[in-house]
Amino acid sequence: MPMKITQEIKDNTIIMTLDGELDASSSVILDEELSDPEIMKYSKILVDCQKLNYISSAGLGVFISHLQRFEDAQIKLIFFNMQDKVRNVFEILGLDLLMTIVSDYEEARTIANE
Amino acid sequence: MNNSIRVNCTKKNLKLIRDFVTEYLKALALSDILMNQIVLAVDEICANLIIHANHEDPTKYLTLKIQTLKDQVKFEIADQGAAFESNNYKEPNIQEHIRMGKKGGVGIALVNRIMDKVEFLTEGSQNICLLYKKIK
Repeated sequence: MPMKITQEIKDNTIIMTLDGELDASSSVILDEELSDPEIMKYSKILVDCQKLNYISSAGLGVFISHLQRFEDAQIKLIFFNMQDKVRNVFEILGLDLLMTIVSDYEEARTIANE
Repeated sequence: MNNSIRVNCTKKNLKLIRDFVTEYLKALALSDILMNQIVLAVDEICANLIIHANHEDPTKYLTLKIQTLKDQVKFEIADQGAAFESNNYKEPNIQEHIRMGKKGGVGIALVNRIMDKVEFLTEGSQNICLLYKKIK
């Protein structure tokens, strides 16, 4: 399995851990997770990217396509623990300026609670 | 070193292609970021060919050939699907994509920004995409 997604729920927060490679094949699973209506019950989605070893435009596209819906519902989407090479892919398209990417879990929690 | 690979048009083969490119590039001792960028650019082109040009038809094939020239790496990706119409290509507006909730359409932008030269050629029924990246 190229991509494993696990979710941990703490009060009004989902901590989503991505493990593997998000490409045109595996990003379908991520899209299914983010499309789940259950997710709209939470106000914060913290995405742990430590084990995300690769992302292609298909993976970015999944986040791009849900971003507005989350913003409209006032759900905060925050990425943390992102590897430099993966962050670089967000930066090439300027997505680091349009999405919230922070260094670690503590910072993600702080920003989520602002 | 084996410098070409031929795979059929299923999305599952993208991982195989990435591993093949990574293995080839290892000998060039590139930084993690540069290595990832190059693998990404090749992956994006192959994903487009598999999904859009060949409609994920497993009876169709694409071939990737890698060469190290003097100070650059050259990738040649050939298939026989529908040709990419590079004349009709428009750079995406990412903010617009976010507003519209659009999923696709940013792959070629990544390729254009990563690679030094990107060419699309058609020779008879064969389409060839050429990617060049300076590595020194």
